[in-house]
Amino acid sequence: MQPASSYILSATGIDKIFPGAKALNRVDFSLRRGEVHALLGENGAGKSTLVKCLTGAYRRDGGRILVDGADVDPQSTLEAQNLGIGTVYQEVNLLSNLTVAENLFLGRQPKRFGLVDAREMNRRARALLAEYDLDIDVTAELAAYSVAVQQVVAIARAVDLSGKVLILDEPTASLDTHEVAMLFRIVRRLKERGLGIVFITHFLEQVYAISDRITVLRNGQLVGTRETADLPRRDLIAMMLGRELVQEVAGEHGAKGEAGPVRFRFRGFGRKGHIQPFDLDVGAGEVVGIAGLLGSGRTETAEILFGAERADSGTAERDGRTLDLSSPRAAIREKFGFCPEDRKVDGIVGDLSVRENIALALQARRGWARPISRGEQDRLADHYIKALDIRTSDREKPIKLLSGGNQQKAILARWLATNPDFLILDEPTRGIDVGAHAEIIRLIESLCEKGMSLIVISSELEELVAYSSRVIVLRDRAHVAELTGSAVTTDGIVEAIAASAGRADP
Amino acid sequence: MNTTLKTYAVRLFPQVAALVVILLMVSIAFPGFFRLEMQNGRLYGSLIDILNRGAPVALLAIGMTVVIATKGIDLSVGAVMAICGAVAAACITAGYGLAMTLLITIGTGLLCGLWNGLLVAVLDIQPIIATLVLMVAGRGIAQLITEGAILTFNDSGLIFIGSGSFLGLPMPVVIWLVFGLAVALIVRRTALGMLIEALGVNRRASMLSGVSTGVLLIAAYVLSGLCAALAGIIAAADIRGADANNAGLWLELDAILAVVVGGTSLLGGRFSIAASLLGALIIQSINTGILLSGFPPEFNLIIKAAIIVLILVIQSPRAQSAFVFLSRPQAAASKTGEETK
Amino acid sequence: MKFKIALASATILAASMFSAASAAELTVGFSQIGSESGWRAAETTLTKQQAEQRGIDLKFADAQQKQENQIKALRSFIAQGVDAILVAPVVATGWDEVLQEAKDAEIPVILLDRTVDAPDNLYLTAVTSDLVHEGNVAGKWLVDTVAGKPCNVVELQGTTGSSPAIDRKKGFEEALAGHDNLKIVRSQTGDFTRTKGKEVMESFLKAEDGGKNICALYAHNDDMAVGAIQAIKEAGLKPGTDILVVSIDAVPDIFQAMAAGEANATVELTPNMAGPAFDALDAFRKDGKAPPKWIQTESKLYTQADDPAKVYEEKKGLGY
Repeated sequence: MQPASSYILSATGIDKIFPGAKALNRVDFSLRRGEVHALLGENGAGKSTLVKCLTGAYRRDGGRILVDGADVDPQSTLEAQNLGIGTVYQEVNLLSNLTVAENLFLGRQPKRFGLVDAREMNRRARALLAEYDLDIDVTAELAAYSVAVQQVVAIARAVDLSGKVLILDEPTASLDTHEVAMLFRIVRRLKERGLGIVFITHFLEQVYAISDRITVLRNGQLVGTRETADLPRRDLIAMMLGRELVQEVAGEHGAKGEAGPVRFRFRGFGRKGHIQPFDLDVGAGEVVGIAGLLGSGRTETAEILFGAERADSGTAERDGRTLDLSSPRAAIREKFGFCPEDRKVDGIVGDLSVRENIALALQARRGWARPISRGEQDRLADHYIKALDIRTSDREKPIKLLSGGNQQKAILARWLATNPDFLILDEPTRGIDVGAHAEIIRLIESLCEKGMSLIVISSELEELVAYSSRVIVLRDRAHVAELTGSAVTTDGIVEAIAASAGRADP
Repeated sequence: MNTTLKTYAVRLFPQVAALVVILLMVSIAFPGFFRLEMQNGRLYGSLIDILNRGAPVALLAIGMTVVIATKGIDLSVGAVMAICGAVAAACITAGYGLAMTLLITIGTGLLCGLWNGLLVAVLDIQPIIATLVLMVAGRGIAQLITEGAILTFNDSGLIFIGSGSFLGLPMPVVIWLVFGLAVALIVRRTALGMLIEALGVNRRASMLSGVSTGVLLIAAYVLSGLCAALAGIIAAADIRGADANNAGLWLELDAILAVVVGGTSLLGGRFSIAASLLGALIIQSINTGILLSGFPPEFNLIIKAAIIVLILVIQSPRAQSAFVFLSRPQAAASKTGEETK
Repeated sequence: MKFKIALASATILAASMFSAASAAELTVGFSQIGSESGWRAAETTLTKQQAEQRGIDLKFADAQQKQENQIKALRSFIAQGVDAILVAPVVATGWDEVLQEAKDAEIPVILLDRTVDAPDNLYLTAVTSDLVHEGNVAGKWLVDTVAGKPCNVVELQGTTGSSPAIDRKKGFEEALAGHDNLKIVRSQTGDFTRTKGKEVMESFLKAEDGGKNICALYAHNDDMAVGAIQAIKEAGLKPGTDILVVSIDAVPDIFQAMAAGEANATVELTPNMAGPAFDALDAFRKDGKAPPKWIQTESKLYTQADDPAKVYEEKKGLGY
């Protein structure tokens, strides 16, 4: 064992009790100087609760917290910050209408004659961001920059304020591959500076790419802390799920369903400024995967297929009959369904119950004058809660209180309730825990077996390979390649993306 | 059915409690408060006054509830009342029949609502700005119609709507009760209520789920216009004249207040028309109570504001959780009771 | 000297040519507040009528409740070189500069209906009614009418804090002072509107034993009285008989009520502010006699004995 002083942060026997539930039960957690420590667990395992106890957002009900060997009891995030513990959340909690510099120095602006010295503040902001290889206009509004840049700004502020411990709560959930790489460079540099970094994520590849140690929580209990190098992926998943997964999520699955005859035929389908005209055929019982980097036109393809953006060129046919896809309403009448990428903004209706969220699309299709009776709604909700294993205390719970994975399943249920023939899933497994992840993939496969036509957009290539019979590769808002049969491999897709990128950037 | 009733009881409890407390307080200040008697075939007493005087705000609150549920707001209702009152008075004095007058007036209200709805749904203007247009311009339009004067009329049919009675109840009371019940039934017995709530919570997600968000939005403002038309007719019929300067003045604020006191969030989503109607009655009870109590008028607004602040504080989530904490044993008991069902 | 006379006669010639062209003796600018009430509309109508009767060319400007519009209108009148300016000021302050400009241009300004906070040498005179006096006239009528019998009075005040509400209350109370048989038992604001007048009267009736306890109603304006009369009728009482009704303003509708025996008296706030103003102007122009700084209009009392039906017909056309 290392001497106690090598722990920058050490928590022992942490208890946290919520009315009716014990969120944390005697959890131990320690962080070394200069290490990246991944904190893992399914949604509801107690990761956020533990972090909130460490940062003073929650008062713990038992246990000790030591920073640099001294007992501390932070009562607020501000106090934790002063003790050296800084936090950056997935949803960047800065003020997007202030400038970058203002965000960095909010509450501690350099003063001159009692007034904010903007010039000095901007100079210091540029210097601070230079340490992170970030050369941006610090006088521009924060909102003008991408989430990744905002995240770096948030990290810069947190490190500058606290300087000992940095907690990153799902920082990569909305970043693309390049941005993740940039973030990891920064994390490694901070690690060299001797900071202890707690890293919370759902992406296991990232855990293996960056972390030194892993702590796994399950149901509020500590499962264990291991050195990353000594923990095979399969064992890690077993620790997280508490059951031996026969197959890892991204492993080989059963044979892909034989694609039936072409049922949906799109020709020259496109919209100026969104996606260049493309041809697409989808058979009954076929999954067509769509791959590409962020901003390549993936979501735009989904939106135009569903009528969320109206196509201004081309035709759509089903078995030779022209389809009306001029609006989501029209598309739904043609038995289309669409699970959008941004669940919170485009998917869930937060204040409404799980039941109402599941019934919504079916009700909208039936029209207001033909309400689905309460009994029918209850049956529908109960059916899907059971069939998709949506974990909720009851169907009347507001959907916003569910975890991401369960929200995603409820949105899927919303569409399955309409009995669609053509279902578009945009990043169906993003930001959800491993268990739900596997279930959604199994669901996609079973829908395919039932003869549904599916379009799945995903940045998890193994996943796409597992269930797609064909993969379309996008770049610069155009369909640039189509892989079929044995060509559908992770390497094949990466090559296709790279090749097309090469063409664009000679 | 039993659980539905129970849900309603839980939802409406704070409003009912507030109303009862206010009525009891007024009855202490003014002992004859609960006295009711029949006079000329209609009920007569302070309680009836509350129902009767509360009619315009109650009617406006019905439409306002639905508009607010869509995450909107309708500031124009007071001005639309003035327009509709003026149109009614102008039509009836111009010699149109009662039916024609009502038809034209209600049509005017629907048109005003349609205008607001189009600005909000089609042009995507923020509701507070979109309806501000008609709020400001509407009173001017009403003044054009009445030429700045109080346009009086003597048509007994129109006057009946303001001061006649039906089954012992003043007509305005009958109108808002029936209309409120009808709207509540329509939104809750069809899927409209749920679709409106979905639209109010997340317009884009609802649109992507196939909800006709545009049509629903317009319909909400049209309903609000209809409510304002009815309120305008009642206000004009009550004083046998259309007072373009004062009819419905500031009533949009009372209507919004009624909705808020009724517990519907200004952020849209969950709504209850019954609760808003109770909110309107609470506001009117305070008004009538102040008048009966005999305080000097300088205190009117202070007393009203103090009581409303108190109600809102009691309704606030923080205060509610404090109550739950204080009454934990009962709460726990009722919860297990619910679960065993 | 000769030269001067020649110049003067040339000017007179030019002036007479101009006046011949406009076919009017006198050009007067009138800046009205707006048309926010029936009384205001009647004031506008009467001012135009008075000007026509006297052969005055009236230039009318509606300020739509904005002082800046009024100041603009005044400046344009000055630029046009009118002979006099009438202004009904929308607010009391902020007039010094433009009034000084008028004075420099030697154009007399007469204030109508309201006064301003400016040195009184900047305007010729102000024609207004005396609000306290109006209340006083109404009170005196009531004192005389009940003739010593005990009488409980309810009062419908104007908008709380407005000067008509304060002054009309004050004048009424002054008239009642020393007459212990008259007692104001309830006093509430009816905001000068019919709707509130009716609502507040309903509560008075409930609070005072169904109205049996009330002998008279004093309303700060006729509109509230008209609303209250309906409330009294709906309570099953006879307004004008069971409860005496006295109010202020003398708008047409109260004469209808008086003709029907439902109202007893009203004190006129005359919309004819322009008549006295033009008289003062004539006198000033004829022999340079400056009028007093305040010309008080008559607060005439009308009762059922004054043929209210006829007055109604006269007033109806004034745009009330």
